[in-house]
Order: sequence, then C-alpha cells, then structure tokens
Amino acid sequence: MTSEAPRITSPVGTLLSERRAAGRGALVGYLPAGFPDLATSVESAVAIAENGVDVIELGVPYSDPVMDGAVIQAATQTALANGFRLAHVFDAVAQITSRVDVPVLLMTYFNPVMQYGVDRFARDLAAAGGAGLITPDLVPDEAGPWLAASDETGLDRVFLAAPSSSHERLVQSVTMSRGFVYAVSTMGITGARSDVDVAARSLVSRLRDAGAEHACVGVGISTADQVREVLEYADGAIVGSMLVKALADGGVPGVGRAAAELARGLS
Amino acid sequence: MTLLRDAVGPYFGDYGGRFVPESLIAALDELDAAYRVAREDPEFQAELDELHRTYTGRPSIITEAPRFAQHAGGARILLKREDLNHTGSHKINNVLGQALLAKRLGKTRLIAETGAGQHGVATATAAALFGMECVVYMGEVDTERQALNVARMRLLGATVIPVKTGSRTLKDAINEALRDWVANVSTTHYLLGTVAGPHPFPVMVRDFHKIIGEEAREQVLALTGRLPHAIAACVGGGSNAMGIFHAFLDDPDVKLYGFEAAGDGADTPHHAATITKGRPGVLHGAKSYMLQDEDGQTMESHSISAGLDYPGVGPEHAWLADIGRASYLPVTDAEAMEAFRLLTQTEGIIPAIESSHALAGALALGRELGPEGIVLVNLSGRGDKDVTTAARWFKVLDENAEQM
Repeated sequence: MTSEAPRITSPVGTLLSERRAAGRGALVGYLPAGFPDLATSVESAVAIAENGVDVIELGVPYSDPVMDGAVIQAATQTALANGFRLAHVFDAVAQITSRVDVPVLLMTYFNPVMQYGVDRFARDLAAAGGAGLITPDLVPDEAGPWLAASDETGLDRVFLAAPSSSHERLVQSVTMSRGFVYAVSTMGITGARSDVDVAARSLVSRLRDAGAEHACVGVGISTADQVREVLEYADGAIVGSMLVKALADGGVPGVGRAAAELARGLS
Repeated sequence: MTLLRDAVGPYFGDYGGRFVPESLIAALDELDAAYRVAREDPEFQAELDELHRTYTGRPSIITEAPRFAQHAGGARILLKREDLNHTGSHKINNVLGQALLAKRLGKTRLIAETGAGQHGVATATAAALFGMECVVYMGEVDTERQALNVARMRLLGATVIPVKTGSRTLKDAINEALRDWVANVSTTHYLLGTVAGPHPFPVMVRDFHKIIGEEAREQVLALTGRLPHAIAACVGGGSNAMGIFHAFLDDPDVKLYGFEAAGDGADTPHHAATITKGRPGVLHGAKSYMLQDEDGQTMESHSISAGLDYPGVGPEHAWLADIGRASYLPVTDAEAMEAFRLLTQTEGIIPAIESSHALAGALALGRELGPEGIVLVNLSGRGDKDVTTAARWFKVLDENAEQM
C-alpha cells in the first residue's frame, strides 16, 4: 500500500467543489463506449453533456462485467459484437473532450487496463484528455501499479465504497481516491430501482466521517426526483442504466432528452 | 525451510488476490475469518470428518487398473476413486466443508455456479441435507448438454437458473453468481466450486479437497511401499488436481501433471488449455492464467467436457506452473474419449469425461516411465452424466432411442 495521494489538482474534484459553492450538485452520466457503435457513442456523450450532465462516465466494454445489471451488460456486449477495441476508447475520449467542456472518467474493469499495460493506459488516457478511472473491480489493496501511474499522470482515481464497508475500508477508499468516492447506494449491481436505498444517505454520512471531500452516489438512480434527493446529501448523482436504455430505445435524441429530464433534479 | 504445502494465500507467487467489487470485501473478510477459526477448530473438523465417513463415503478407495495399464507401457496405474463419493465426484468434499461454514455464519441460502453440473448437484445435495435454500447458476449451453444433472438438481429442491449472457457457459454462470452474491450477501453464501475466485476461496477449496491426496499418499505407500512416480489429474479450474497434488507438493521425486482440455487441439481456436496457451490476467476475482484476446477480453473456451470448459484456472496452479513444480499438458477431446473408452472396456469403470483427460495423460506418462513406473490418477468423477455425450461420440445410440 502506498501512502496518501499526493496533492494533485483533480479536474473532477474542482468541478464538484465549484458546483457545491454554487449551491448545487453534479449530475454524472454513464454511457458505454462503442454502443451501439463508436461514432454514436461519442454523439451520445456529447448530447448528454449538452443537456445538463456535468461529468461523463464512459464505460469500457468488457466480456465479464460482474458489477453490471442486464441493461448495461446487453449494451456492452453489443459494443463488443460490433467491433469495439480497447484502443477506440482513447479516440472516443479525445473526440468528446474536444467538443464539450466536461471531464470524462472511464469506468473500466481492471483486466483490460492490466493487459494494455497500466502505465501505458494512464499515459494514453491523459494524452486523450481523460480525467481518470473508476474501477469497479479494483480495490485500493490491489491497486499498487495504478496508484503509481495515476500519481505520475495526475489522473483521478475513483474507488468504490459500499454499505458493507467497514470504517477502516471507507477511510482507505477516501484516502486513496482522487476526484470523488463512488458510494454504491445499495448492495447490488447496476440497474434502475424504484427507491434508492436509505443505505446511500447513511453511507455518504459515514464517508464524510471518514474524511471524504467529495462523494457521489451511484447504482439504481433513474429519475430527476432521485437525483434531487441524492444531491441533498451527496456531491453528485450517477445515472447509468436509465441513460443506456434511453439510448437503446431512442438513439441520440432520446438520450439527450433523458439527460435533460434528469437535470431537472439539479435545480 | 518453507514448504510449498504451507502456502495459504491470498497470493501464490504473483497470483491470487481479490479483484472484486468493494461490496464483496466484507463478505470475503467474514468468510476468511470464519474459515481460519474453523480450520483450527477440532469440533468443526470432527463434524466434517463424520459427514465424510457416514455420508460422502470416505475414505475413497484406490483401485489398481492392470488391464488399462497394458496400454500404458506396463506401468502400474492406480486410480483414486473420487467417482465413488456420494453424488459421483470429488466436488462433495468442498461442498460439505463450505456448507458447514455457511451454517456457522448463519447463512440460510446457498448459491453456486456449475459447468458439468457435478458441483451444482453436490451443492443442491448439501442444501437438502442442511435444510437450506439453493440456487444454481448454469450456462444455458451447459443446461442443454447436461440435462440429466439439471433434473437431479431440481429433484433435490434447487432452483436452476440457465444463464443466457456472454458465452452461456461456466464463466458466465460465475459472473451471475457473483452478481447474486453482491445483492444478497447478508443471507447468502456463495459456494464457489473450484480453487479459483477471490481469497479465501482458492486456499479454502484446496484445503477441503486435500484429503484426496492425504488418503491417496497413505494408500499408495501401503500398496506399493513407495510414493508414485507421477500423479495425473485433469485441470479446469483445478480443484481435484489441487486436492490430489497438495499432499505431494513437498515430495520432489513425485512429478505432478495437470491435464488441460485441448478440445480440437491446443493450436486450434477451440480449446480450454488455459496454462498451455493463456497468459496472466484477472478473471473472477483473482489474478491467474486465462484465455484472453489482446484487449484482455476473456475468450470462449471449448471442450467436450463441460467441467473443464473454463477459460481460467486457479492461482495456485498458475504459481506451481511458473515455479516448475507441476507440469500442465494439453489433452484433446479425441484423446480423452479414447481413454474413456479404454477404461470402460478394460476395467468396467465408466469415468467422467473430465477425468478421462487425466487418464489419457496417464497413458502417455506410463509409456514414458515403463514397467517400473507407478502413476496415481485422480479419477475425479463418474461418467453416468456423460453417457449421452459418449454414446453420440461413439455412435452407439440406437437410431430411434428416446433422448435422455
């Protein structure tokens, strides 16, 4: 385990601080790269950014996404079937960041990063203008090479915190994360839920006790009302499956409208 | 001096660890702590031993196979008969251990993945025995080729969920079981069926199976007055192989061989020879060898044997391969089926197709060793479940035979 993250200015952290100073929270929107194809995924990311999404979480399609529910699994499988290759993700980040002024974090399972080479992945992501990584199956305990590479490149590294995490583990997530800590709202996988568990409020409160400057809540959020509710106590609300479904059903215009609808929860 | 036998994870050399969502860490910590207490607790061990004696049918015997051995260069071939265990394979050893542990943890629901169905059947059996709820995830492809085992699990009261995502085989069944576990961890124990997955599964599953090698070591010594020259076991995830290897890890004169499923051939695209053809990566919570493309996407494996049709392998095997303590060699579908036929017709023992890979390997080892050689084979399972597959392979089904 390396020591506390060096003081590196985080683009996402800065944005969250500014939003909070302005009395509002942030909307984080997830879409998979390459779904349904690379060009459309870029258009979709731009569309949600233009419709109120503050931070883009771009998913890297992976063959074994254990943290994802049916909607995202189906989309990422489609992306792979349609020819998504890992190197495409850097093109997608570069295109998105050249067109809209929003930070782009990659949400990626760890094996693709390991196979690409952790250092090389970090350098290429930084060169493409990416903000960092959210790593759903990488806990800080196993993250040595990525901690070093993210310090080297100044990329954000977002670790997860779960309702089941001990105080010590929350402290570790907080200490090792840069940008924000991803508070998993419920014990489960991604997918819309009718009510976001009270566990989320309690988890964010525990994260604050553990010293978290920024905590965003994800998993299960799908409506503007839920976004509003989460932003009462968290710095950001992360929406994934609902946007992916909107893209699958209504294409780029559909996902743009869905983002605008969610963004009503920001005011 | 450090004994290889003493390795207990979380890392085996560079392999193992816990590459899982944070949501599972607390459950893994809880399991690890409970297991560490249990392994030192005479009461737990006594309870498990008693179950093995009165329910599993342990110790399993060893059987010498002289007629089969005539095809193996005249070397002595000794079979460790895990096929005679209750439920028909070695899988019950681990299942009873973990089910007892789950009971200690107050969990009321067991979930499991299964490939060939042997582990699912064993888990469903333990759930019935202990009065627990049981859900088994099984790739849709496997539910079709192992329909009889699906029926067995349902008869035992388990819910079998065909997994329709990804390649619809064992690896996807594990993904689905992990998703279930993340959501239901407070009531549910994930009874992982092989020496893979996040710590503590690789060490715990190995420990519950090491009785195979401990018994066999004594039995071979009693029968032959010496240790075997070589041990042969099939390797998918690698639980039966670790089980029989473990007691011999620090006997340098005993050569250890894991036989991987090479499907149509290790140099074709259709195989499951993970150590032979794969490279290190992360799959299902641990770092180990795996079959993957350049981007780190898991590749689909292929084997006539559903139980070996897995693109990963346990981290302890990856380590034993790297340090040269064990050798991992490919055996094709055709070679395995020939060994299946041979054992059936020379000894009257119908082996599981999985175990037939070890038998095929033993034939080659015996020919190398010659008449002085002694080869111990882990006959990890019986072939009743494979009768349809084998009958098709050998074209012995009557034209109008009703489908099983």
